[in-house]
Amino acid sequence: MEIQQTATPPSALQHHYSDIEQQHDSAKFGMWLFLVTEILFFGGLFCAYAIYRSWYPEMFHNAHKVLSVPMGALNTVVLIVSSLTMALSIRSVQLNKSKQALGYLIATFGFAAVFMVVKYFEYSHKFHVGQLPGKFYFYDGIAGANPHQFFSIYFAMTGLHGAHILIGMIVMIFIMIKLAKGAYSPQNYAYIENFGLYWHLVDMFWIFLFPLLYLIG
Amino acid sequence: MELTNSYPAYNYLNEPKGLKSWLLTVDHKRIGVLYLICISIFFLLGGIFALLIRTELLHPGADMMTADTYNQMFTLHGAIMIFLFIIPSIPAALGNFILPLMIGAKDVAFPRLNLASWYVFVGGALFALYSILTSAVDTGWTFYTPYSTDSTTSVISMTFGVFILGFSSIFTGLNFIVTVHKLRVPGLTWFKLPLMVWALYATAIIQVLATPVLAITLLLLILEKAFGIGIFDPKMGGDPVLYQHFFWFYSHPAVYIMILPGMGIISELISVFSRRKIFGYTTIAFSSLAIALVSFLVWGHHMFTSGQSELSTMIFSFLTFFVAIPSAVKVFNWTTTLYKGSIILTTPMLYAFSFLILFTIGGLTGIFLGALTVDVHLHDTYFVVAHFHYVMVGGTVMAFLGGLHFWWPKMFGVMYNKLWSKIAVILIFIGFNMTFMSQFIMGSQGMPRRYFTYMDQFQPLHGFSSVGAYIMGLGLFITMFYLLASFKSRRPAGANPWGALTLDWQTTSPPHPHNFESTPKITHGPYDFDQIAIEDLPEDPENGVYVKEEKEKIKA
Repeated sequence: MEIQQTATPPSALQHHYSDIEQQHDSAKFGMWLFLVTEILFFGGLFCAYAIYRSWYPEMFHNAHKVLSVPMGALNTVVLIVSSLTMALSIRSVQLNKSKQALGYLIATFGFAAVFMVVKYFEYSHKFHVGQLPGKFYFYDGIAGANPHQFFSIYFAMTGLHGAHILIGMIVMIFIMIKLAKGAYSPQNYAYIENFGLYWHLVDMFWIFLFPLLYLIG
Repeated sequence: MELTNSYPAYNYLNEPKGLKSWLLTVDHKRIGVLYLICISIFFLLGGIFALLIRTELLHPGADMMTADTYNQMFTLHGAIMIFLFIIPSIPAALGNFILPLMIGAKDVAFPRLNLASWYVFVGGALFALYSILTSAVDTGWTFYTPYSTDSTTSVISMTFGVFILGFSSIFTGLNFIVTVHKLRVPGLTWFKLPLMVWALYATAIIQVLATPVLAITLLLLILEKAFGIGIFDPKMGGDPVLYQHFFWFYSHPAVYIMILPGMGIISELISVFSRRKIFGYTTIAFSSLAIALVSFLVWGHHMFTSGQSELSTMIFSFLTFFVAIPSAVKVFNWTTTLYKGSIILTTPMLYAFSFLILFTIGGLTGIFLGALTVDVHLHDTYFVVAHFHYVMVGGTVMAFLGGLHFWWPKMFGVMYNKLWSKIAVILIFIGFNMTFMSQFIMGSQGMPRRYFTYMDQFQPLHGFSSVGAYIMGLGLFITMFYLLASFKSRRPAGANPWGALTLDWQTTSPPHPHNFESTPKITHGPYDFDQIAIEDLPEDPENGVYVKEEKEKIKA
């Protein structure tokens, strides 16, 4: 423990912390609190979903059929694998293998991009046939009252989730630059570890969104 | 104590120098001061709107503005006061300054995030100002649908501004929670923390848990308005009451974001100025947490007349009564602390007494509104307006002013004018009661809120209320002038003019850039006045310990 602390570059320790361990603990605690706010942020949408599904159960059942289960399933697999590469990247930093960590992070970035491309094809199809939210809805073929509400919720939830993926990709670019410069070490990896927590949460949201939107039984 | 009582040459205000060093500062004290400047400007702006409203209401009929302009006035008054003044007032301005000092830390846990929160605040405020300058919002500060979706005013920029302001609030709350957990000076255990810290901690929990829900609500409202997604529109199978549920799920806890830190300030003031150990420390500390938790379960009492089921109205009514208990616990503890204390009537203490009286009235009338049958009669009348202002102005603003006067000597190292500050507090207290006591009476007689005109029978009370508002306005203007004048007269306050025992007073005024020259040691609890000889405490704090010492020197 003693040796590790002396190995830390002094610049990494901010002046108001007494040691690097206290600084890491604080950063991690702060990140968990941020994730709590994210859960509540999405929570509002999950709540709206529950209310409208209970109001219009038949319409939700009919509307979910127009979503492409293979595409949704593909994206689920893509995101779960990206969570794995993210975790491996952090492990590599802990083992002081910055290059390997960079490789895993690039893979994570790649999977995120694949997710967005698949989402793009899904969205553009819906735009084309008019499966759109609210007043833009012009698709004809879903039985039941107010089918546009399903797409309001679908686009709000997947859109907000997609925005989180995009923000994650931007942060990943910053971390890649830092990794390439060798800014992280086995003693100083709080930043990338906390980003990993964020990435897993975004992944988790999709794991809930996929069955709720695509697999209404 | 070897602390110097003279104005320290090297302090956080003058070191480092230059505008850039202020705009890029990560020092929690400077960020607190930046917040203080901003919220003071918005308090003034919101106050001007309030005076315009009261002037319009002097006589029935359209005297100086049309009904539409009036709608804009009360909306801007409410939105500015709530989102740009009260919510950030105590936590972000005073709390930022005082929290790390109170726990003996050098800074908050995430100083850069703290600065970011200020810039986010300014960004959100710019959106709100843009909305005011283009076409001021007229929906009421609650942005209820369908008013907000049908209004032709710039609802989107205002709600987007509030959405951004929410992030500022979340950043501050997150920072405070981690700071309290991780950065307490060694030896400062949880139950040795000042009650202000407990209050800020409980507030931070609400900020972190409730604000994201407001964010998603406003995002949905913006989507509804911009793209017509129909989620709150009954024509499209949506539900406008869902908006009210979402909104109040944040905004009821938010009133506790506003009042809880005020209660923290009062706990400090009452103990310090009655020179007595606070009565029931643990119950006050836990009642803050109890309020924070129960506050999430009462939002439905805003919708007793919106068509909720009977069962849920009964549950919400019960929980509303329940949330009054921890508040009452605090009031009783403060009163008991005063009993047999050596009370010193300083300006901050006068604000604390104002708080005790006004908050009790505000709290008890809240019980009226929480009772189902009474609420049907009083819903959307001036009674609600008066109740709300008794809690928010009589509670939070009084506590804020008390805290500002208490920590002013610490923040800036100078003491304000003793006489003028007392005249101001008396004017504010009298003016406030005239303004809003009359509104309780009008409300119970059926005067509806948010109307720009009224029946002739209400004129005397409306006139009385407006005169009260002018008196209160005068008191606040006097406050502004003597506080600013204190920079000019530069009467040094001394390190610990009030003889308080918390750590924030164990450093120079204004403090060193790194807060303490050496890590402070915990020798006694925050309220152990029973362990301090009364003679050791300053008798006439507002004349300044420093001044007294100087006089003695001159005599010698």
